[in-house]
Amino acid sequence: MRIRFLLFALYRDLAGAEEFELALPDGATAGDAVSALRARGGGSERLPPRPVVAINRHYASLDDRLADNDELALLPPVAGG
Amino acid sequence: MTPAVITRDPIDTAALLDAAGDAANGAVTLFVGVVRDHNDDRPVTGMRYDAYEAMASDVLHEIVAEARTAMGEGTVLAVHRIGELAIGDVSVAIAAGAPHRAPTFDAARYVIEQIKLRLPVWKEEHYTDGAARWLPGQVPPMVQS
Repeated sequence: MRIRFLLFALYRDLAGAEEFELALPDGATAGDAVSALRARGGGSERLPPRPVVAINRHYASLDDRLADNDELALLPPVAGG
Repeated sequence: MTPAVITRDPIDTAALLDAAGDAANGAVTLFVGVVRDHNDDRPVTGMRYDAYEAMASDVLHEIVAEARTAMGEGTVLAVHRIGELAIGDVSVAIAAGAPHRAPTFDAARYVIEQIKLRLPVWKEEHYTDGAARWLPGQVPPMVQS
């Protein structure tokens, strides 16, 4: 399955891109996806191993399973206001 | 007026205040967050706000709806600006109108505190010496493991 990653703020700067697409095995969790992204290197290895994530615009757990074409966002600690 | 908005345009606080008013509302509270010229004793020249815009819009709608439900009656509105902001620019504005004052203070306070906890928005401070840094933030409580 294909997963679209979105990166914001500090994480975008660390990884050097705001968007990635990766193929992952069926049944992969959000945590598996983060590990796969970090394993690509090119700066992505500097991302934290357990970031806050959102799946399809909802806060999610790293244990949640992904589905094909899911949008997985890696969110630094939020600082609005 | 849409109750919750993420925008790149300057925030019109007078319009927000007006929109929260009603003949039945004896009280309107307006909270305004502004970019200040220093942080941790360091002079600041401006701020860049980044957001996961689609999700931030959803989350801000949720927060405003929660505040409105808690208030029981009246109006709650919130606008958060993103992009490049200068010192003195309004970054966030919240208006709550209701028949009596107490619930409007509570609603405005609830919305700003929940924004700080949950809204997927980030800010990069720019300093007079040319340096910049993303400010540390909060881990949203619903995802703490």
